[in-house]
Amino acid sequence: MSDLRIGERGNPVAFYFDDARIEAFEGETVSSALWAHGIRGWEGGRAYFCAMGVCQQCTVWIDSARVEGCRTPVRNGMRVRSRP
Amino acid sequence: MTFDLAILGAGPAGAAAAVEASLLGMRSLVIDEQVAAGGQVYRASPPISSGDPDGDRLRASLAGCSASVRLVHRLWNVERDDDGFRLLAIGPEGAFEARARSLIVAAGAQERFVPFRGWELPGVMGLASATILIKAQRLLPGRNVVVAGAGPLLYAVAHGILDGGGRVVALVDAQPRSAWWMPDLLSRPDLLVRGMSWLAALRRAKVPILRASVVDAVAREGDGLSATVQGRAIACDAVCCGFGLMPATDVTRLLGATHSFDAALGGWHVVVDDQQRCDVPGLYAAGDVAGIRGAASAPHQGRIAARAVAGAAIGSTRERDGASRFGVAMNRAAQVGDYVISSIAPDVTMCVCERLPRSVIEAAIDDGCVTINDVKGATRCGMGPCGGRMCEDAVARLIAIKTSCTRRDVGMATGRPPLRPVALDAIAGDFDYEALPMPAPAPL
Repeated sequence: MSDLRIGERGNPVAFYFDDARIEAFEGETVSSALWAHGIRGWEGGRAYFCAMGVCQQCTVWIDSARVEGCRTPVRNGMRVRSRP
Repeated sequence: MTFDLAILGAGPAGAAAAVEASLLGMRSLVIDEQVAAGGQVYRASPPISSGDPDGDRLRASLAGCSASVRLVHRLWNVERDDDGFRLLAIGPEGAFEARARSLIVAAGAQERFVPFRGWELPGVMGLASATILIKAQRLLPGRNVVVAGAGPLLYAVAHGILDGGGRVVALVDAQPRSAWWMPDLLSRPDLLVRGMSWLAALRRAKVPILRASVVDAVAREGDGLSATVQGRAIACDAVCCGFGLMPATDVTRLLGATHSFDAALGGWHVVVDDQQRCDVPGLYAAGDVAGIRGAASAPHQGRIAARAVAGAAIGSTRERDGASRFGVAMNRAAQVGDYVISSIAPDVTMCVCERLPRSVIEAAIDDGCVTINDVKGATRCGMGPCGGRMCEDAVARLIAIKTSCTRRDVGMATGRPPLRPVALDAIAGDFDYEALPMPAPAPL
């Protein structure tokens, strides 16, 4: 499950998902970065299902705030958790 | 802040409404939850996607008009009173509140899902989602993908995967080839030609196309997945499956507008008159929320709605109606028979959020539940984080089949705030505990 990215990317960024370091690129959503990294699901969640903020499967927590991974762009150094 | 007009959604309908409202001198507010305007059809993720020319034009015209545009704002409640509408949203800076005398709901569509064994596994996603991944995020759903379901997105997604260097290990179309013979498709020769070119590309890539078939089950297999179609296992790493679009009616439901069920328009949609007016004073709807008619029709509806709000002459509605023909025909191709519901096995999950299998829902129907609200109350079906948006259509259809009633009889789930899960601290804002009004304790 490598090399799912197509075409040009912006600047590289890196963030943490639980304890894993995830390399990503500006403009990617948290869900896309996880997907490209091979993390497509976790206990009670999935990086992508509807991809438009409807299904809530991609719910993750950033700084204890509940967000949708599919609507949240990655930021360098952010700490994302699969649980509150 | 009070606006003459608030517009929900910055897709083709909402953006056109905003531009027209601006020309008519109205102070309008546009709220959209995505990072860029364009809706799902023209969704962009700067700086990744170069953007499609139609989407870029939409974004430029919206940016050039006088409307106040709030992107990355998620609406979670709308209330109506004598002065109009009170809109409550959450944006990057926290709670956002605005008032508007009129409201145009241009919330668009969402995808219809049909449950099958394993649809809750990671690696299974919708066709509309796959389109967003490929077009906006420039990401393949997988390297070896099963593309399944019904409607034009099947072919768009399969072509997008090939174009991005992935493999489509099977295209599983629930429809027979004959479902595609519709005279209205000739109303857009340009799109018809594009569809034919996709099909030609699939043939060149020797993609197996299985017609009148559905994915019966998906299971984990090693690092990947295995999809079962007509008893045959197909190894893959992702399954994209969807069955057309449904109007996104959560806001219009919440406001108590009259809705109608018409399978040809994607099912439950808000009822509008020729000027896009709903039967709630001050409320208008434009685009797919008023029935799936597609992206070509939506701007006409948005403009008409804005003119109706301003009390300006509407003029001819012929362009709007002509532009709808192709979109309606396309969504009709995504409509499949009851067998996709009646063939769901008893232990297959229907409500993913609450992990309810068909057997639990069926037991509630056997116990006398005849409406979607009955089943919701009896089982918690549709009461999880998605609010029933993933399962309501399939469950309502199951009720209709089991009780031999129509979808109108089964009804739609009552709309309630919050429209999406919201964190209390995000809406409470800053407050001082000492300032909270506390009633005196009751005497013992």
